[in-house]
Amino acid sequence: MTLVASILPLALLGALLGLDVVSFPQAMISRPLVAATLAGALVGDPGRGLLVGVVLELFALEMLPFGASRYPEWGSASVVGGALYSTQPAASGGALAVSVFAALVTAAAGGWSMVQHRRLIARRATANRGEVTADSITALQLWGLTSDFVRGAILTGLVLLLFLPLAHELLAGWKADAALSRAVVVALAGAVGGAAVWNVTHTFKSAPWLFLGGLALGTCLLVAA
Amino acid sequence: MTAPPRLPLRTRAAIFLRLFAVQGAWNYETMAGNGIAFAVEPALRLLPGGTRGEAYRSAMARQGGYFNSHPYLAGVAVGAIARAELSFEDPERIEKFRAACCGPLGSVGDRLVWAGWLPACSLLALASFGLGASPAGVALLFLGSYNAGHVALRVWGLRVGYRDGLRVAPALGAPLFRQGPAYVGKAAAVIGGIAIPLAIRGVIEPEQLVTSPGQHTSFGLLPWLPIVLACAALGAAALTRLHGRAEGWRLAVVALAVFILFSVAH
Repeated sequence: MTLVASILPLALLGALLGLDVVSFPQAMISRPLVAATLAGALVGDPGRGLLVGVVLELFALEMLPFGASRYPEWGSASVVGGALYSTQPAASGGALAVSVFAALVTAAAGGWSMVQHRRLIARRATANRGEVTADSITALQLWGLTSDFVRGAILTGLVLLLFLPLAHELLAGWKADAALSRAVVVALAGAVGGAAVWNVTHTFKSAPWLFLGGLALGTCLLVAA
Repeated sequence: MTAPPRLPLRTRAAIFLRLFAVQGAWNYETMAGNGIAFAVEPALRLLPGGTRGEAYRSAMARQGGYFNSHPYLAGVAVGAIARAELSFEDPERIEKFRAACCGPLGSVGDRLVWAGWLPACSLLALASFGLGASPAGVALLFLGSYNAGHVALRVWGLRVGYRDGLRVAPALGAPLFRQGPAYVGKAAAVIGGIAIPLAIRGVIEPEQLVTSPGQHTSFGLLPWLPIVLACAALGAAALTRLHGRAEGWRLAVVALAVFILFSVAH
């Protein structure tokens, strides 16, 4: 009962942010940088939420929501990642790996659920085709928005219900070095993010040189810090 | 054909707000068609006979069909359709316009927003995280910069669409749409180069950058930073060589699953 009660506000946040991905208002509050920070804030630690958000944002740069393509759903996924990481003890070595893994699995499940949701709406739209009226259009629009909200809530709630106890078990038996565990996650995210930036920008004239110049500047800032 | 009426402020506001939900019923059958009808509906109430008139009913029936575009530029189509319907344009011309503007509104928006503005704002926020901005600062910088462009594009689209009606196509040839993606892409390249190493460092030693009272824990990872950066660079180079044959985030899921199993069972 306590677990369900603690998940409820997070599920509602996941629903709101899942809605933002496509349905309303597409203001990108569902991007990991924002969504995971909000989830962290909801469980009392926005700083740790942001940390997961940064890692997930690097992954999210790879899959941009072009047209009717299929892509992961980062809104609910970031809530799962941010909440999971923020509720683990700070010294836990594998917490980042487990939280990011849970978020990526949720992103994949969210992408799949969005496709199913769109098929459901299509079925309703086809059924309405004989009599397109203002009422039928408004009804379909409201049904689409409401069902997307419910989709996000169910997804976030179910994944947290599964992963909150599972993460506890996994971290209790975690034997790998804490530094290595963190390094693996960061290197993976950096690789995906770096490739994504290259893929998005390299077609523009001189952009590869600008990217390399930026890398040099960023590295200088690291050394200077 | 007659001159269209000036849209009352309330009608314009209603259309504008509804545009934020233009993909609320997005589906594989009519795509954003239902959303377009939903958004243009407040303007159609101004047709003779109001919501009970024949003109309103037939216009609504026309607008519920297939339509797809970039969501932020859907306002261009909605404004143009509203003007055309209120000017009693030939319904066949309106339907041809709906079909013709899908491609340009989609590709222009994808290039400018999804491939340009969104990654640029995201990378700017990542750089600010790496430079030590607070969680609220990072989130607000991203939301503020991104939505300044987002909302401006929606406002512009609706205004230009209603102003130009079915002759709105030349507006999409504006310098912003022709040269904007290249400028934004170049800016994203520079910011991305700066942001990624800084963000990696910020995650590696967060206690130096993220302030959470009582949560200061060092993993002693800073000496590993050159190795992590080198691994990330090699991984990025390998992923770009795959040319989209595999998605990096999916490979990362597999790698993390294996690592978690190894870490628990080891």
